[in-house]
Formats: sequence, structure tokens, C-alpha cells
Amino acid sequence: MILDFAVQGGQMLLVLLLAPLLTGFVRKVKARFLRRQGPPLIQPYLDLARLMRKEVVLAESASWLFRVIPYLIFAATWVAASLVPTFRTGLLFSWSADLIVIIALLGNARFFQALAGLDVGTSFGGIGSSREVMIASLAEPAMIMMVFTLALISGSTQLSTIAEFMSSPAVGLRVSLALALFALIMVAIAENGRIPVDNPATHLELTMVHEAMVLEYSGRHLALIELTASLKLILYLSLIACLFSPWGLQQGGGGAEDIAISVVAYVGKLGVGGFLLALFEMSIAKMRVFRVPEFLGVALMLALLAVLLRFVSGSL
Amino acid sequence: MTLTVALSCAAVLLAVAVVAASIGRKAAANSVIYGLCAAVALISLFAALKHLLGAAPVESLVLPFGIPWLGSHFRIDALSAFFLAVVDLGAVTASVFAIGYGRHEDAPSRVLPFYPAFLAAMMFVVMADDAFSFLFSWEFMSLTSWALVMSHHRMRENVYAGYVYLVMASFGTLALLLAFGLLAGPEGLYTFAQIRAAPPTAGLAALVLVLVLIGAGSKAGLVPLHAWLPLAHPAAPSHVSALMSGVMTKVAVYGFVRIALDLAGEPAWWWSIVVLALGGITTVMGVLYALMQHDLKRLLAYHTVENIGIIFIGIGLALAFKAHGMVFAAALALTAGLLHVFNHSVFKSLLFFGSGAVLAATGERDMEHLGGLIHRMPRTAFVFLVGCVAISALPPLNGFVSEWLTFQAILLSPQLPSWGLKLLVPAVGALLALSAALAAACFVKAFGITFLGRPRTSAAGHATETDQFSLAAMYFLAALCLVAGVLPGPFIDALAPLADEIVGGRMPMQMGQQWLSIVPIAASRSSYDGLLVFLFMVISGTLAAFAIHRLASDRLRRAPAWDCGYPDASPATQYTASSFAQPIRRVFGTVVFRAREHVDMPPPGDMRPARIVVDLRDLIWDALYMPIAAAIHAAADRLNHLQFLTIRQFLSLVFAALVILLLVLAIWP
Repeated sequence: MILDFAVQGGQMLLVLLLAPLLTGFVRKVKARFLRRQGPPLIQPYLDLARLMRKEVVLAESASWLFRVIPYLIFAATWVAASLVPTFRTGLLFSWSADLIVIIALLGNARFFQALAGLDVGTSFGGIGSSREVMIASLAEPAMIMMVFTLALISGSTQLSTIAEFMSSPAVGLRVSLALALFALIMVAIAENGRIPVDNPATHLELTMVHEAMVLEYSGRHLALIELTASLKLILYLSLIACLFSPWGLQQGGGGAEDIAISVVAYVGKLGVGGFLLALFEMSIAKMRVFRVPEFLGVALMLALLAVLLRFVSGSL
Repeated sequence: MTLTVALSCAAVLLAVAVVAASIGRKAAANSVIYGLCAAVALISLFAALKHLLGAAPVESLVLPFGIPWLGSHFRIDALSAFFLAVVDLGAVTASVFAIGYGRHEDAPSRVLPFYPAFLAAMMFVVMADDAFSFLFSWEFMSLTSWALVMSHHRMRENVYAGYVYLVMASFGTLALLLAFGLLAGPEGLYTFAQIRAAPPTAGLAALVLVLVLIGAGSKAGLVPLHAWLPLAHPAAPSHVSALMSGVMTKVAVYGFVRIALDLAGEPAWWWSIVVLALGGITTVMGVLYALMQHDLKRLLAYHTVENIGIIFIGIGLALAFKAHGMVFAAALALTAGLLHVFNHSVFKSLLFFGSGAVLAATGERDMEHLGGLIHRMPRTAFVFLVGCVAISALPPLNGFVSEWLTFQAILLSPQLPSWGLKLLVPAVGALLALSAALAAACFVKAFGITFLGRPRTSAAGHATETDQFSLAAMYFLAALCLVAGVLPGPFIDALAPLADEIVGGRMPMQMGQQWLSIVPIAASRSSYDGLLVFLFMVISGTLAAFAIHRLASDRLRRAPAWDCGYPDASPATQYTASSFAQPIRRVFGTVVFRAREHVDMPPPGDMRPARIVVDLRDLIWDALYMPIAAAIHAAADRLNHLQFLTIRQFLSLVFAALVILLLVLAIWP
């Protein structure tokens, strides 16, 4: 019981502490691809510390909601991230929320973030919010369909159970799983605002989505929002890792060295994921905003096809 | 006992209506009438809840009214008790809200007499136990609500709304009349007990299903029969809009469940295909229509269409599982659908109350003229936000629970043997997921444009917070959204006797689960604990706030908005409802609504401003209603000639009609 509690708490802290590092790592790799030196790996931590120390400059037309929202979206995303198994399944509270709930929690964060974009009453905030909800309106159903596929294969929507099933030999090679993986990756790219859907490094550009929504934030509020964005990235990478490469994921029991091995495996997976993300971002151009629906429409259709295959045959 | 109490309450409400007709013009009438309504409905609510939670036996009663050889049969079982509770809950909150809101009414004598009668009619419908009482109460409900829709009869669009509503309501009742005629059979067995004892043959039952889908579906707002709903619901005073959207559509759902799952005998497997397909189309069409609106109340009315679709998906799944003998899955699907009935009645009433408060404070329903109300009406804004989160199916509020249960029911459907369902159910699941995401988008728009940003007109800039009674009703409903969201167990358990009654099975008891979580089938399959999720969110949010304020900075300075260095003083530069929906209109609307944008550029020398014009076509109107209307007009034009005949021609027409009728009778076997 105490060990379970420690593991749950350890996972929560681990994702929180690793999140800025992952963001820094992706930035570093991207910079190296561009033959630049790039900022140091710990730059995101320094940025967060600097923003935390600074005062908040609040727009005159901002309401109380604007000040609450950073904490709200941080809480929703952190809770969602702490429910994804990182190095060990069978988390203490994993039964309190299944994969659908995790997606809905992220939906919660997005809902409030979009409201924040509208709160100050500027045109930039509005443009970000309206594009964000357009992207989400296609990404979320694709994600739910992906969950349906996994749930129909493993007979459960509990993330721990799915992860345990996926690491067992019963899973085999299936067409529907491959389709679901593609859909999940496409959704992850869109939801995290990465190239080709959105550019996390851009400012003052009419194509930006996420950065436009948070334009009016400053100081500690901005720090929380940046931290939340990093958390979201690590959440999606952990999700892909625990569902589609569950090797090294520990399934309850085991001593200290087993845990150490699985943590190393997890960090290694994050490194590979971050490297692949940077590579992908470097090798593709950003698309126009109204090409995004086509991109996500493909994800939705792939996921729906995967579900249909599962309904038609148990072995596909 | 319950039945007597509830019937007496309904009768008292009828008496209140009569009193209201005589004292409606007096100044105190408003508080007295609405106060009485609230009190009476509260008594009936307690009776219904006691019946439902106490698992009381079925009660029935025959009153010597109506057709002489039939009498009026009334009966209360778990299904009736649940819907009675939904009606009463809506009635209590709407009446309390109206004690404050009704003061803004300029012609109270056009609202006060019909309001209690409308409440009584809805209560009678859910308790009726023979075809005659059911149809009579149903039609009474339609007419009283029509009178309420027409209460602001000087506005042109309300007259039009009332006309469309009246036509559709009569059409729906006609369909129900025919359905009951088929159910009663040639012997005229009109009581529900007799109908149950002699269920119709398969062919007749199919016809009954179609007629019920038309009759109850048009009242509930199933696409494509929804056309009247977004016109009529917003036209009524806001507390009546809340009742029509939140409660009357649920009475229609009751009518459907009562006839299709109870009276029409064993369902055939293909019934569910029809219901599921209609439900799926209704959800997505409803929310897409809603996204295109900029009238707050009309947006909410279209969202009712969406939620009715979700409810019908649950009922359709229950029909499918029941037809294939999968009792527990059927119980889960039915519970999901009926829980959504309750949830929707709560948050839709709340949202309509909120829009009423905004309307009373600013005189505006058009979101393009609002904005910034969170500063002027902070309490209304807060409860409206709770309603928005709940209806967007976001945890930890109640809308999420019923949607989650529906998803769990969908995940059980690969075990269904028929191929049609195997292919349809995943598609319906995708439509449901799509509608959930679009609903969230729509309520970001509804709340963001109305309450956030800067005021777009001086009416919005000078709004004042609404009165205590209205706030009390809204706070109560917002609290209910939270309680039903974090502790859904008791609400699901309360529905167990219903599922037992209708599909012959029930979900596992939820109150025995550890940590008050809900487990639809088994803990290894899926479970959800709203309370823990809520607590985790509160704890981590507070922790973050505490840590940052203590360890880092808590300084704050107000300054003009940054807006990339181009702050514009004019509130007209903000995003509007139409511009917010533009990306979604471009993605979905070009197909569904044939949405086209063009620039209306005045010729040189003309002083008009250039404008962007968006053309939206309602294809259902164009393809279904317009041809029917055109056909009726053409027929009326033809028949018009008959008015100008000579007396000899009239007499020969009568003679010919008589001869034909006699011939028919002679040939009839």
C-alpha cells in the first residue's frame, strides 16, 4: 500500500519534473539539425523560474476567470498525466479514471484555455480560440475512436489493463492496431501544436493557434501555461510508449532495481520519442490552417476504420 | 398514495390556473401564482422521489372522467415516477426562477394562467394509463405550451413560430392517435393494461414504431422533425423555454419509451437500426445547427435537439440489446439514456435561466450585441459557466457521466449478432464523439462571446446582476450538476427499478462500490470515480496556486491589453459569434449547410460599407418542408375553385360523394 502510494506520487513528480526537460531536449535536437548550437537542455527550467519571479501584467478587461484558468488547466492536465502509466502499471488510483476520462480531462483543459483566449477581448485571442476548437472538434473523435479500438481488443477501457494486455503475447500483430497507432500519432501532433499543424516557436504570425490564445498571459500565469504545454507533450509520449511499446513497463511487484530499470527504460523511450518528433518536425513544412481538417480527417477515418475492422472480425 | 398525491397536485395546479386567469392583472399575482406552483410541484416531487427510491409497488386508479364506458385510467410505476420527478424538478426550479423573472413580463396575464395548466398537463401525460387520457393530456400540453409561445404575440417571428409549432404539434398528435388506434385493435382495447395483454403482430408493431417516431419524435425534436423546436422554444418567456426544452422534450421521450419499449411488445432487431440512425444524425445535425446561431436562446434550443439525439442513441442501443436478449447490456444502455434525460433537464433549465437573466438585464438575445457580462453579472456568469461545462460533457460534472455510460454501452455492441448493427454502431459512436467535441466548441462560443471580452453595446455595458430568486434557482441547479457529476452512484441506482421494469435486468448496484466509484459491468473493464477526479483537480490546482504564491511571485499590475502591440480601443474588433464559428463553418458547413461567403461590395460612389455575407441554407427545410408546403398551397389553390360553384353544382357534388361512399361500403368486405 505504502509502496503503491509512493509509486503513484513518484510518477506524478516524475512527469512534472521531466516535462520541461523533454521540451528542452526536442528544442536542442531541432537546433542541432539546423546546425545551430541551440539553448542548453535546462533552458525551459530557467525560463519557468524567470517567469515565476516576474510580476503579472494583467489586461484591464481581464476577468477573474482569466486568472483562475492557468491553475485549472494545469490541474486538469497534471491529473490526466499522472493517470498514464510511465514506468509501472497498476497505479494506485488508475481505477478512478479510464482512458476516456483522461481524454475528457484534456478536453476540459482545452475548453478553459479557449475561454481564456476570448476573455480579454482582443482579435488575436479570438483567432486562436476559434482555430483551437476547430482542430479539437476533429482530433477528439479520432482519439475516442482510437480508444474504442484498444478497448475492443483488450476488453477494457482501463489504461492499466490495456497496457498489461498490450505487453502480453496475446496481442499479436493486428491491422487495427497499426491504424490506431497512426491515428494517435497524428492526433498527438495536432493536440500539442507541433509542425505541421501549428508552430510552437512562432509569434506574430497569422497561422498560430496555441500561442495566439495565450498571448495576453505573463509572469507566473504564463509559466504555468508553458508547464502545462510541456506536460501535455510528455503525456502523449507516455501514452504512445505505454500502449504501443510497453517493453520495460513494470507490472506491479518487483524490487528497487526493477523499478530503476523500468525508469531508465521509460526515460529512454521518451528520448527516442522526442528525437523522432524533432526529426519529423525538421523534415516537414507547416501547412495552411485549412489543410489541418484534412490531416485530422485522415486520422479520424483511420481510427474509425480500425474500429470497424474490430467489429467485423475479432482477429484483425 | 403517490398517485393520489400527484394527481391532486396536478388538479390543484389546474385550479391555480383558473385563479390566475382572474387575478392575473394584479401586481401581487406574479409572486403568488409562481409561489403556489413551486410549492405544489415540490410536494409532487417528494411523492415521486419517495416512490422511485422506495421501490414502491405499482399503483393505479380509475377516475370517472372522459369517455363514459372507459373512464380515466392513471397509473404510476417506476418509469412514470422517474419522469414525474423530472417534470416536477423542472417545475419547481422554473417557478422559483419566475418569481423574480416574471416581474419583467409586460403582459403577465398572458403567461400566468397558462403556466400552471402547462405543468399540470405534463404531469397528467406521464401518469396516464389509457390511450384517451394520454392523448388528451398530450394535446392539452401542446396547446398550453403554444399559448405560452404566443405570449409575446406582437413580435412577427413569434407568430410564425407559433404557427409552425401548432401545425407540427397537430401532425404529431395525429400520428400518435393512429398509433394508439393500431395498438387498440378492432376491439377497441384502449387501456394500457389491455394493450399490454394483447401486443400487436410484427407488421402492425412496425407501423406503430414509425408512427411513434413521428409523433413523439416531432415533439422531442428528432431530425428531420425538429423544425418547429428552435423557433418555438426561444419565443416563449425564458422560464417557459426552460420547461419546454428541459422538460417537455423529456415527456416526449417518455411517450416513446412507454409505447416502443412497453406497449408495442417484443422489439424486432431492425427497430434499433432506425432509432440509432436517427439518434446519430440528430446529435450531429443539432450541434452543427447550434454552432451557426448567434441568438443565445436559439443556440440553446438547437442544443436540445443534439441532446435528444444522445438520449435516443441510448434508447436505440437498449432496443438492440433487448431484441437480442442481452439483458445487462440493455440495462446499461437504457440507464445511460435515461440518466441523460435527467442530466439534460438540469443543465438545460440552468442555461435557459441564465439566458433569461441576460435577456432581462440587457434586453438582448443576440450574442453579437453582448459581451463582458462576467464583470457586470458575476454570479449569473458563474452558474452559466457551470451549465456550459456540464452540457459539454466535461468531467467532473454530470453531462460527462451519462455520455461515458453511453460509450461503455457502445463498447459492448460487438457481441450483437446482426451485421447491420455491427456496422452502424461504430459509426454512431463516432458521431457521438464528434458531437461531444463540437458541443464543447459551441459552448466556448456561447459563454465566451456572451460573458467574456468587452461589452459590444451599451446595453451589455450597463447590465446589472439578476434578482435573488432567479439566482437561487440557478445556484440550486448548478449544485445539482456537480453532485450528480461527482456522486453519480445514487442516481444510477435510482434508475435500476426502471431498467428492471422495461428490459428485465439491472446494472450492478453502484453504492456498494469502493470509494463511491461507478462500475458499469466489472471493475476490470471500466470504472470512473467523479469524486476522486474532482478532488485531485482541486488539490493539484490549489497546491500549484499555493506553491507559486508563496515561493515565487504574487505581484500583479493592471495594464492595457497587449494584443501584439496593436491594442484597439474599439470593442467591435473582438471576435464575434459568427467569426468564431467560421473555421467550423468552413469545415462542416460547406457540405451540410451549403455555406458560402461573398463580399457585398457597393459600387463606387455608394456610401454603404462593404460587408461579408454568409449564405446558409437549411437543406432539411428546402428538401422536406418546402415541397410539402408548396404541394399544400397548390392543392389549396385548386380546391379554391370549389368555393365559387352554383347551388346546382354543389348539390351534385354532395350527391356524388354520397353515391361513392355507399359504393365503398357495399364493396367493403
